[in-house]
This record gives sequence, structure tokens and C-alpha cells, in this order.
Amino acid sequence: MDRVDKIRGPISVLNRSDVDTDQIIPKQFLKRVERTGFGEFLFYDWAKEPGWDLDPNEILVTGRNFGCGSSREHAPWALQDYGFKALVAPSFADIFYSNCTKIGMLPVPLPEEEVHALMAVAEAEIDLEDEVVRFAGREVPFEIDPDLRHRLLNGLDDIGITLQSGEALERYEAERERAGPVTTSL
Amino acid sequence: MAAEPTTLFDKIWAAHEVAPGLLYIDLHLVHEVTSPQAFDALRIAGRKVRRPDRTLATADHNVPTDGSSRAAQILDQLSRVQVETLERNCAEFGVPIYSLGSERQGIVHVIGPELGVTQPGMTIVCGDSHTATHGAMGALSFGIGTSEVEHVLATQTLRQTRPRSMRISYSGALGFGVTAKDLILGTLGQIGVEGGAGYAIEFAGEAIERLTMEGRLTVCNMTIEGGGRAGMIAPDETTFEWLRGRPAAPDPLPLESWRALRTDEGARFDREVHVDANALSPQVTWGTTPGMVAPVTDAVPEPRTPGEERALDYMALEAGVPIEEIALDRVFIGSCTNSRIGDLRAAAAMVEGRRVAPSVQAMVVPGSANVKLQAEREGLDEVFRRAGFDWRSAGCSMCLGMNPDILAPGERCASTSNRNFEGRQGRGGRSHLVSPEMAAAAAIEGRFVDIRDWEPAREPEPAGAR
Ligand code: SF4
Repeated sequence: MDRVDKIRGPISVLNRSDVDTDQIIPKQFLKRVERTGFGEFLFYDWAKEPGWDLDPNEILVTGRNFGCGSSREHAPWALQDYGFKALVAPSFADIFYSNCTKIGMLPVPLPEEEVHALMAVAEAEIDLEDEVVRFAGREVPFEIDPDLRHRLLNGLDDIGITLQSGEALERYEAERERAGPVTTSL
Repeated sequence: MAAEPTTLFDKIWAAHEVAPGLLYIDLHLVHEVTSPQAFDALRIAGRKVRRPDRTLATADHNVPTDGSSRAAQILDQLSRVQVETLERNCAEFGVPIYSLGSERQGIVHVIGPELGVTQPGMTIVCGDSHTATHGAMGALSFGIGTSEVEHVLATQTLRQTRPRSMRISYSGALGFGVTAKDLILGTLGQIGVEGGAGYAIEFAGEAIERLTMEGRLTVCNMTIEGGGRAGMIAPDETTFEWLRGRPAAPDPLPLESWRALRTDEGARFDREVHVDANALSPQVTWGTTPGMVAPVTDAVPEPRTPGEERALDYMALEAGVPIEEIALDRVFIGSCTNSRIGDLRAAAAMVEGRRVAPSVQAMVVPGSANVKLQAEREGLDEVFRRAGFDWRSAGCSMCLGMNPDILAPGERCASTSNRNFEGRQGRGGRSHLVSPEMAAAAAIEGRFVDIRDWEPAREPEPAGAR
């Protein structure tokens, strides 16, 4: 996973709330068994609406509860493949938020009025190290779990980190693991 | 000194913490759509599946419901490749699988409880947002993304920040004609589609205790529609009775430890919500999120936000139109929300001796091969067929329309599934979420009706039937 640090540049705006992952990447594109190439199908149906305009900038600013619905990681894959590196919204759906962080795309929750202010400007800088978004000469702080921040800043692989707890895992399995069900003997 | 009172969630969380924020996973359910990239990544990294004996796969999301019994028969090439890829991955990594044609195949959230692999006190994950369904049996279950699927395959653990806790307590009992589906839809209307975000939700109270196991599965299934990370219900006699004798259920059942899972008296939740179950009516969604919902006796409401305006526009509905005047083109009875045998029995009881309206095309898709078999044993397939329903084989089907079962643009559908998002059941399709009973009655009338006072005449059964 690539390291995440400063993301700077022009922003793209999608001013809609409750954008679900079915809109981000419709089901007909979930049949692929690869992880790449989803960007061209991003917002497939909405992109046909007259007046649709979404530049592939590095920062997408959007409405509340972004990424609700289906857990498909194809949604973050499509957004990332399209060019976005960070998403700013008043709130994100849980699973979607977590999925983004697994692929090194940064979800940034900001208060609703700050998101609206951001939508009105052309450019911004998101600084993960300092946990702030800079725009229009201001700095607005955002929150992120410290472990997650560390992992993103260093581009660390989750599985690698967990396997460092290998001993604790083996101890758990030896001493505390719950009995059954054993799926292999059904 | 007595220990601090704890919740059902607290107890399961504590019993599974390997290290802070790292949870041991007792059961990992896998399906064809969200797993191929995860298996691929394992292969590239030279990793194995740590615990195939705690992993179970099935093919459900994109399989045809036309009775095909082998992957090779799937006409759509991409779907075929995806199912074959799952079968190959499972063979390579030693993961047990019930694929197309297996008598145990079905929607992943239907077969878990059905086989009894879902049990109280477990942690369960699946690369699917409706995994909360399993919480109805007193388990802690999360929907996860593909990177996390890979993580669980490799380590049998999941990293989770501890969610906050919420209890939704239902007083009173559901009235005649009001089902578990109406209870959860009504709740979503009350808390909103983001009201549960960041929470593990326990559903409790008299109305929940009175629900059947299947009804409870319906309720927990839609937790994610309120943004909740997990939905749970304390295990009780109803749960134990369901599990007794299931293929994977222990014998005897460890009742003492299962009973101890209940939330202690006096345990604290970060948020408490109360819902009056007596006050609920049959519900119908009118918009493009499950929270845009109204009692069948109401009219389509005035839009209050740009999102609601957009929704009415998409749904081609005018504010003020009575819900009972909304005419339908299609009816879909199925999905992990409402495709269990009890759902099919309830729907069949509504349509028996009646005919689907000529303007409506209606289908029933059982949740699993087992449910299908059971329904056929009971003659329900005949009841549906005689009424004019299409009787299909098990799968997700028109819940998300990855297989050929889809709405045409502009078609309006009464659906027992869980999502009415734009284009969910087919591009341009318009979905209204309802209970199986409401969907069945709507199929007969060609529009929504209040099933509480709906009793049209039935034709006598043909001689020799049943
Ligand atoms: S039936 Fe629908 S909601 Fe349930 S698992 Fe399948 S696609 Fe998802």
C-alpha cells in the first residue's frame, strides 16, 4: 500500500447525500475477478445525466453518509482508480470508511458547514501528519484513529501487522478458542 | 463484589479479543463476488487460509435461478467465471463450499442459520453488508470488505475499532398483519438511514421476544440500512428451539453458556431508543433509501430535502398520492431479508385460491435450495404457480439483479428485499420495500393494499390438489 501524507490540489464536488455504493459502482461491474480497471465505470448511471461533471482530481468533496449500503470494496477501488486520493464529507458509512483505509484512500470527516465552505473553493490541502485540511487560508482539523493514521502514514500492510501478533493468536487458539462449528466436517 | 453489568455485545467482544482491537473470528462466510481478489492476494503473498474449518463458501449473488445445477451451465460468461473461480479457490485452499447444484446452496445469510453454523456467542464475518442478519441468534456479526476478507482468510482475525452501543427497545406487540419487516422498516423511518452509524445495536423488548427466529433474522438483516455495524438479539428458547437438531448444532446444546450471554440488568448503552410496536402499521417505502417509508394507510409525503425531491422524481411519484393507489408492474418475494420458509408460507397463505393481477409479473425466489425443497414438500410451489407466480431456484436474484432477474427501466416493483436504491433491482427500476404478506397481496391487486382489511374471495381448490 502506498504511503499517505499530503494530498494537495484542485477539488471535485459531488453535492449529494446518502450516496450508496450501488451508485458508485453498479452491480454489473462486480463480476470482474480483478481488482483494477473499475474507474471507467464510476457513477456509471449518474454520469449519463445531463450536466454531470466530475473531474478526476485528487480530492472529492461530497455529502453526508457517503458510501452507505453494500459493503463492496469495488466502490473504493473505482474511486481510487478514477483518480481520487482523499474524500471529504460530513460523514461516511462505516464499512465504506474502513474499506477506503485498507487501500490507502483517505476519508476525511469534517463538520457539515466546513464541507460546504470547502465546496465553494477551488483547491485544498489535506495533511494527514497534522490532521488538518487547509483551504482559503484556514486550517480545519479532522479526526482519525491514531493507529490507523500511523498505518496510512507508513503504508503498512494490515495482515503483516496482525501476523506480528502471531504468538497471541496461537495462545488464543490454544486456550480460549470457542468449540465448533467445524465447517469441514459438515 | 458483583461484576459490572455488561451487554450481550460486551460479553462476545471480550471473549474474542486476541489483542486490543483484534477480534478472533469463529466463522467466516464467503461468496463469489467479494472473494476472488482476496484469494488472489493470498496466492501472491504465498499465504494460506489459516482456518478452513471455520470458513464456509457458497455461490449466491450472481447465480441464475432457472434451475441450473452446475457452474458450467451459467450462460452469462462473467458470472460463470466468477462462480468457477470461487470453486477453484475453495478447492485450492481447502475451503468447504456449497456451490450451484448443492442441496445446501443458498443465500449466505439464509444457509448459516439454516445449517446451524450460526450460533449464539460467535463472531461471524462475511464480505457482505447484510452479515448482521446472524446477530439475530445472539452472535456478533459484521459485514466486511474484500481487503478484510483477505485479512480474515490469512489470520482468522479482524481489526475493529470498538463500536458504541445502542439498544432499541420495543414495547407492546405487533398487531394483526404487522410483521417483523414492518417493525424494522418503521424503525428505520424513525431513526433514519444514518441513525445507527457507529453502533452495535441490540434489539430488545416484548415485541422482539415474541418474534419467531425467522422474524428476528429479518429485523437484524436490515440493521445496516440504519447504518448500524452489527445488530443483535439475545438468544432465548426460540433460538435454542431453532438450533436443536440442525446439521452443525452441538448436541446437547450448551444452554448454560448461551443463556449467560444475555445483557445484564442495569448494563449501560451509549444510546437508548424506544419504539412503540403497537403503533406500527404495515409499511411501504416510497423513496430511494429504506428510511423513506410510510404506513400503507398514508400518502406519499411532501419532500423535505433535495434528496427526497430527487427520490420522488426517480420514483415518478407525486406527494399526496395515497400509497394504496400506487400500481405495480412486478412483485419479487425473496432475498436474505424475506425468503425463508416462514416467509413463503405467509405469502402463500395470501395468494392461495387467488390470481395475480394481469398487469403484474410476480416471482418467488426461495432463499436456499433447502427452503425450496421444503416449500415443494408442503405444496407451496403449486399454490404460487396456480396463482400465476414464477417459482424459481435459490439465490440473491432480483434483490440486486446481478443475474438475469432484473427490472426493466421504469418498472415498478413491490419487493421483500432490503434496498430500494436507484437502479438496485435493474437500471431505472423503482422498488418499494414491503413484507412478504404485503407483496403477495399487492401481486393479486396490482397495487398496494392494507392487508389488515383485505379479504377477497378465493376460488375453490382444483380437485385432487394437495
Ligand atoms: S439477497 Fe440481496 S442483500 Fe442479501 S446477500 Fe444477496 S444481494 Fe445481498
